[in-house]
Amino acid sequence: MNDLSLAWRNIWRHPRRSILTMMAIGFAAMLLVFMLSFQFGSYESMINASVKLATGHLQVQGKGYNTKPEMRNVVPTPKAIMDKLSKTQGVDSVTPRAQTFVLASSDTRIRGVLVTGVDPEREKEVFTIPSLIRNGDYLSDKAPNTVIVGALLAKRLNTGVGKELTLLGQSFDGSIAATVVTVRGIFKSGIDAVDRAAIQMLLTDFDDLFVMNGAVHTVVAIIDELSQTAPLKAALEKDPLLKPLAVLDWIDLTPGLKQSIQMDLVGGIIMYGILIIVVAFSILNTFLMAVFERTREFGVMMAIGTTPRRLVKVMLMESMFMTGVGILAGMVTGALLTVYFSHAGISMGGATDLMAQYGMSGRLYPRLSLLSLLVGPTIIGVVTFLTALFPALKIPHLKPVDAMKAV
Amino acid sequence: MYTQLAWRNIWRNPRRTAIILTAILIGVAAMIILAALMRGMVGGMVDNAINNMVGHIKVQHPDYRSDPDISHGLSDVDGILKALKIVLPESARLTRRIRIDGVVSNARESAGIEIVGINPKSEIGMSFIGTAPMEGSPITDSDKNGILIGAALAKKFQTGIGKKLVVTTQRGDGESGSRAFRIRGIFHGDMEVTEKAYIFISLPAAERLVHEKESATEIAVTLARETSSKELTEFVMLCRAVLKPFNVSVYGWKDLLPAITAYLAMFDVFLLIWFVVIFIAMGFGIVNTVLMAVYERMREFGLLKAIGMRPGRIIRMVMGESLFLLMLGCAGGTFFGLGVTCYFAKTGIDLGAFSKGTEMWGMSRIILPVINAGDILIANAVVLLLGLLVSIYPAVKAARFTPVETMRQS
Repeated sequence: MNDLSLAWRNIWRHPRRSILTMMAIGFAAMLLVFMLSFQFGSYESMINASVKLATGHLQVQGKGYNTKPEMRNVVPTPKAIMDKLSKTQGVDSVTPRAQTFVLASSDTRIRGVLVTGVDPEREKEVFTIPSLIRNGDYLSDKAPNTVIVGALLAKRLNTGVGKELTLLGQSFDGSIAATVVTVRGIFKSGIDAVDRAAIQMLLTDFDDLFVMNGAVHTVVAIIDELSQTAPLKAALEKDPLLKPLAVLDWIDLTPGLKQSIQMDLVGGIIMYGILIIVVAFSILNTFLMAVFERTREFGVMMAIGTTPRRLVKVMLMESMFMTGVGILAGMVTGALLTVYFSHAGISMGGATDLMAQYGMSGRLYPRLSLLSLLVGPTIIGVVTFLTALFPALKIPHLKPVDAMKAV
Repeated sequence: MYTQLAWRNIWRNPRRTAIILTAILIGVAAMIILAALMRGMVGGMVDNAINNMVGHIKVQHPDYRSDPDISHGLSDVDGILKALKIVLPESARLTRRIRIDGVVSNARESAGIEIVGINPKSEIGMSFIGTAPMEGSPITDSDKNGILIGAALAKKFQTGIGKKLVVTTQRGDGESGSRAFRIRGIFHGDMEVTEKAYIFISLPAAERLVHEKESATEIAVTLARETSSKELTEFVMLCRAVLKPFNVSVYGWKDLLPAITAYLAMFDVFLLIWFVVIFIAMGFGIVNTVLMAVYERMREFGLLKAIGMRPGRIIRMVMGESLFLLMLGCAGGTFFGLGVTCYFAKTGIDLGAFSKGTEMWGMSRIILPVINAGDILIANAVVLLLGLLVSIYPAVKAARFTPVETMRQS
């Protein structure tokens, strides 16, 4: 009889015990597959929400503009850079923006606001603000001298659709820029910081008002695959056209997002680590018992010439069979669970408000990936192997004569 | 006698008992440590938010929250303060503030900020600015042209102590008002956002800036630390009742921080789910261990039955064994978990590596675990109750062995 079938049959000498052990392993594997998929899925929706609200995946700016946004630190020839980016493999869409700080006043109120000049047709393709208009309409090339205003800001300015606002700021050359614009729409992103202080206008109007002479402050790019961000950034940085400028990705633009993802991941890893340790101790007894209750048997086998090495091998095969079946079952159920919820979504209930502050919807969708499917089960496999090793390595220390005396 | 029997039975195989006890111990300890850490984290979030000039109770003009303008200030500040002092306990602290949007500028830069007029002395212990680390000197209660700005703002404006800043805002009469201030001190906030969002001047200076006298946009109340959330609700109701004639809104901090309140409500459920997950992981081990102990004693159970022991007694004995295992594991786990928590409570856990991330969620950089008796109780209850529940299976197995069948086994 070969070792494999020996190990397999050994497992079924105690079906109840073996099944419980497999279930413990399977439960841990299932949980890890599902939880990791859930975490990765929610990270992706967090990043996407943030990227599509404002930052884009990549931005080209003047060097130092990100930390110190100065009016005069510009991208002088946006056209060439946009052409370059659009032609780059993997870039989905590109849009130019310019922004500065102005005083906006209505009939009764004055507030300091951040005004952004945008190209409405290009923004509409990928960014969410055009779809978040609650009153009136989004900007259009056909309606010059209009702006859209954040909902909280509109309230603070006592203004509404169709009313006029006076904007007062400093233009590119240092002269005073002033104009009267009409409110075309009110948007509400749910993120207080945005709704409280932002207005958008046509980039062409911005250019005239602040005497930009065609220059912009950033060129924003959305790319097809989130995972391609880093390689694309590296490739663009080498481009001679972009050498005098800075290429930033969403991590540079929103460092808080990246770090909160890392923080959540580390927290998760600690939790899963604890879970795996508990499972390991839970099943250690099974593996130990499998050795001790057979001390006599091992004694006999050694006496008739079986090498201890072979006995250890059979023992380990036995535990690895159990682990394998458990992990496989866990992966299948975990994957099924994940696939189901990746369609249905998981409602975050009370945390919806909190999440809205970070631009996320109240439903999270786990996402099954090769990584989330394999990482957890692999670690469980390694840990259970080590757990099984400890009792199995006791076998070579047995003396056949003493072992046969054992009950 | 059953108790003694059960106790002795679990020590017939000390190694096996020790292993399953370790599993339970690690599980329970993990539950307690994690609960304490998460409580600390959430508690830090709440404290930060309250410390960010929210306070426990706040009195504002009904329209101020949606439109924070000086025209939505409180009209009879002294009257309100007097009324509040009647209903609030003596330990409660009150302060008034003027908070309005404005623009701060120097020769190179300008930025939108919130202008906060404060009584610097009464802010100590009420909001972060009272005790924030500061370069330079704080402003005094009647400082006419002194201003405090955040370190991040100072850096952005490339300015320093002694330099001038112009603050512009809308006055009570609707006109825009500007005044020059001299930077007295530069404060460091827990988060960069606060350093960029606020500038602080004295109340009299703020009143001059907006051309109003004895004015305030809010009155904040800080209650004694040990005030429970039920007491807080009662105080809010009392304040509402006594301030009825003034036509103002009274908010508890839970009204002002809806997102955190919602998170708090979910928090307990999260914790319970985590407890149950950890339990399931050890539950398989518990069932298996007790089951093994039962099967290797088949003959014994058969014999006991043959000499007339009733199945109910056998169930009680096996359940007693697992109850001992669970109690020992829980006690050890609680002890160990508390020990680790107390160790961390001294130093705190520094999340400095994720400072931008903690900032995004309004958390503190250093997490101090908070031990909550309720969590410890629930963790133990989950393990004990569910542990007994799953032990029913091996216990019933043991009770079902028939004498004849078991005697045949070798």
